[in-house]
Amino acid sequence: MSIDATDRKILTATQAGLPLVAEPYAEVARWLDMTEAEVIERLAKMKDRGVIRRIAVAPNHYALGVVANGMSVWDVDDAVAEELGAQVGALDFVSHCYLRPRALPDWPYNLFAMLHGPDRDAVEAHRTEVRALLGASCRTSDILYSARILKKTGMRLAEGA
Amino acid sequence: MRRITLPPDALDSTDRVLINRLQDGFPLSSHPFAEIGEELGLDQSEVISRISHLRDIGAVTRFGPFLDAAAMGGAFCLCAIAVPEDRFEDVMTLVNAHPEVAHNYERIHRLNMWFVLACDKASQIDRVADRIEAETGLTVLRFPKLKEFFIGFRVHA
Repeated sequence: MSIDATDRKILTATQAGLPLVAEPYAEVARWLDMTEAEVIERLAKMKDRGVIRRIAVAPNHYALGVVANGMSVWDVDDAVAEELGAQVGALDFVSHCYLRPRALPDWPYNLFAMLHGPDRDAVEAHRTEVRALLGASCRTSDILYSARILKKTGMRLAEGA
Repeated sequence: MRRITLPPDALDSTDRVLINRLQDGFPLSSHPFAEIGEELGLDQSEVISRISHLRDIGAVTRFGPFLDAAAMGGAFCLCAIAVPEDRFEDVMTLVNAHPEVAHNYERIHRLNMWFVLACDKASQIDRVADRIEAETGLTVLRFPKLKEFFIGFRVHA
């Protein structure tokens, strides 16, 4: 599945943000010399196809007081990793949860779960919950706290690529 | 992006309702701000001015379409580098200069730089990662996702 040149133009025009005007899609259409209906229809189709996950705001966790986040990583028995990953991903303090390849010998962990809370103690309490859920299927684990956000722009398409 | 907690009174209850509502999605219609306003009992111009203000004070970082690289034939890949402390700022500048780097975090670990590459062609991931290795002289560990679990997290404003 891919996107055509017109889809790409719409995405590159809006990826830094929708214009904050009463008729934002008409404004984007004016920039691109299209009709509003075409912009809306193409965005809707890209949403149906999953190219656009959603049109929404990304709140700044830190600004809103969710200041502690830790990337918890777990070495989980491959035989049960999918099943347990789904259970971890469903916890309400987990924002992202993935199975990824290990990078042995440096990195034995295959399950990544991002834990959030108002402070580090809250994150550690969440970590204890995850550890209990994984039980004996987890051999070893670690948590990597963030020290600094170095960049956060989201995915950017190159123009006309 | 700023990493400062806003004072507790920076957002009023309407701002919070608006942020929570806009995390769930934005209408694809001619007058989407008016629609949101109607739902929340605000007029269109107030919705627009509040979103603009929330962006200015850093309470929201982005407002618009969120893309899925994989659905357009591309890919995301989490990458990590063990950066020597005395080279950290220089390596950060080299890494962040690539538009494919969607976000980048310093983390407290031997592997202290973690970033996500987002490419609209899957084959570009290794090309960009290899280029970063060449530019920095450091190994870029690659952790592509094998499986993603439910992502329903919302920040309650």
